[in-house]
Amino acid sequence: MNQDTCIARLAGVRKRYGNIVALDGIDLDIHRGELVALLGPNGAGKSTSIALLLGLHRADAGAVTLFGRDPQDIAARRRIGVMLQSAVLPDTLRVAELLRLTASYYPEPRAIAECAAITGVDDLMTRRYGALSGGQQRRVQFAMAIVGRPEILFLDEPTVGMDIDARQSLWAAIRQMLKERCAVVLTTHYLEEAEALADRVCVIAKGRVVSQGSVDALRAHVALRRIRCVTALDAADVARWPRVVSVDVQQGRLTVATADAEGVVRRLLDADPSLAELEVRRAGLAEAFQEITRESAAVQEAA
Amino acid sequence: MTTIESVATPVMSAGRNVAAYVEEARAECLRYLRNPGFLLPTLLFPSVFYLMFGVLLGHANGPDAPRYLLASYGTFGVMAPGLFGFGVSLALERDTGLLTLKRALPMPPGAYLIGKMAMAVLVAAIVSAIMLCLAIFVAGVHLAAPRIAAFFLLEVLGVLPFAALGLLIATLIKGQGAPGVVNLVYLPMAFLSGLWFPLSIMPSAIQAIAPLWPAYHLDRLALGAVGLGTDAPWPHVAVLAGYTVVFVTLAMRRLRRHG
Repeated sequence: MNQDTCIARLAGVRKRYGNIVALDGIDLDIHRGELVALLGPNGAGKSTSIALLLGLHRADAGAVTLFGRDPQDIAARRRIGVMLQSAVLPDTLRVAELLRLTASYYPEPRAIAECAAITGVDDLMTRRYGALSGGQQRRVQFAMAIVGRPEILFLDEPTVGMDIDARQSLWAAIRQMLKERCAVVLTTHYLEEAEALADRVCVIAKGRVVSQGSVDALRAHVALRRIRCVTALDAADVARWPRVVSVDVQQGRLTVATADAEGVVRRLLDADPSLAELEVRRAGLAEAFQEITRESAAVQEAA
Repeated sequence: MTTIESVATPVMSAGRNVAAYVEEARAECLRYLRNPGFLLPTLLFPSVFYLMFGVLLGHANGPDAPRYLLASYGTFGVMAPGLFGFGVSLALERDTGLLTLKRALPMPPGAYLIGKMAMAVLVAAIVSAIMLCLAIFVAGVHLAAPRIAAFFLLEVLGVLPFAALGLLIATLIKGQGAPGVVNLVYLPMAFLSGLWFPLSIMPSAIQAIAPLWPAYHLDRLALGAVGLGTDAPWPHVAVLAGYTVVFVTLAMRRLRRHG
């Protein structure tokens, strides 16, 4: 990647809170116009990474830069938009007033009406924030994040508590930002969210990036496929077959994990002519993610 | 890295910078003026106390009682927007993540505190105006125009040391514990400064320590403004200014260290 498209960077960053190591030499580059999803278990260091890039805390070691500057420099932050997971906004302010206030912090903000149209909050403008539903409040927070025409958007768990329709309309708005060459850094627990949006997925565990790449590359990282079927075969027998990684029985359904789905399916059909409801699926991001965090834990234990 | 710089960092014009401070103050005023849980007690406590003790029972205490009580309940009234409007709201917002969001956003430095201060000053002005109206039109206190102006200006500026004290308390205690602690400062200080009962009828020990409390000094100045005090004003002004500087300095040091 070209140096000049990198707009936010963590380089060898360490951060500890008391005895807890939050970041252990993390490296992360964000480039113009891309969407990077940060995935990882709670306490892995996702939120700390974002807090450092926002200038909320200082790193103990390593370099944190935003547009080549210190994130605590307000000129750098005038080019960002933020949606934090936990912020409780003033209940008694109207939506239009919140947008107007946030817009006032930026040199060349978007028109409030345009911003409301992109995020679908136009019908909420005169309502008080406290009177909105959780999903509506998240939409308003997103509108506040984009009102300053940011070049990079930090979204910390943006769709928590949203129903599926609200989530998809927020995804559409995020895609529109990407079209405007705005970079997006997203943390999420919803793997389908990363699958739907991300150019690049970074899996963070124990304060480091343990894997990064496209969603497809990440999924390919786990070569396993899952075979599910209803069969009379004994699970313990199947588990002893070659190239079978694990076997599980739930509610009369057998689930076999294997790297050689074709071979195992052939043998299953031969062994049980009455086998029914056969299903073969590639592992999703969820499995890939579990696999990677498990591997990295094993590597660390071995080391 | 130089290539990034050439993508032109957008420049915030001086006009837009000033506008950001104004917007912050406007939003802060709007949100509290719409909050009856804050506004009603702040406006009602001093005015109801004044109506009860200064108007209904006032003349039993002598002809000067309504004027005397205008000073003490006026002082009591402007302590609240400083301590609660500034202190409690800051303590709660440090806990709910609003302050964190504002720090992440490119809000101009200090706009948040200046916005809260503007709100406290505005509410203090409303409290003082109500108290003056009650005194002049209901209690029949005669005050010359310069005295009215002096009292109003004094009480409006008098909110500042209490805003500074609220700021300090908010940096020490965050979240739901703050309202209780602020009440533990507010009510005893009002009592010990002679805002409810004149110091002259209190035990001598309480009289002796009264100069420790900022509210005592503001009350002495307010009495002077309505024509009942004989104290020289400057020592009281100096003490209040000194308290304000000390509270703000301690608070800033804590905020810098703990965020």
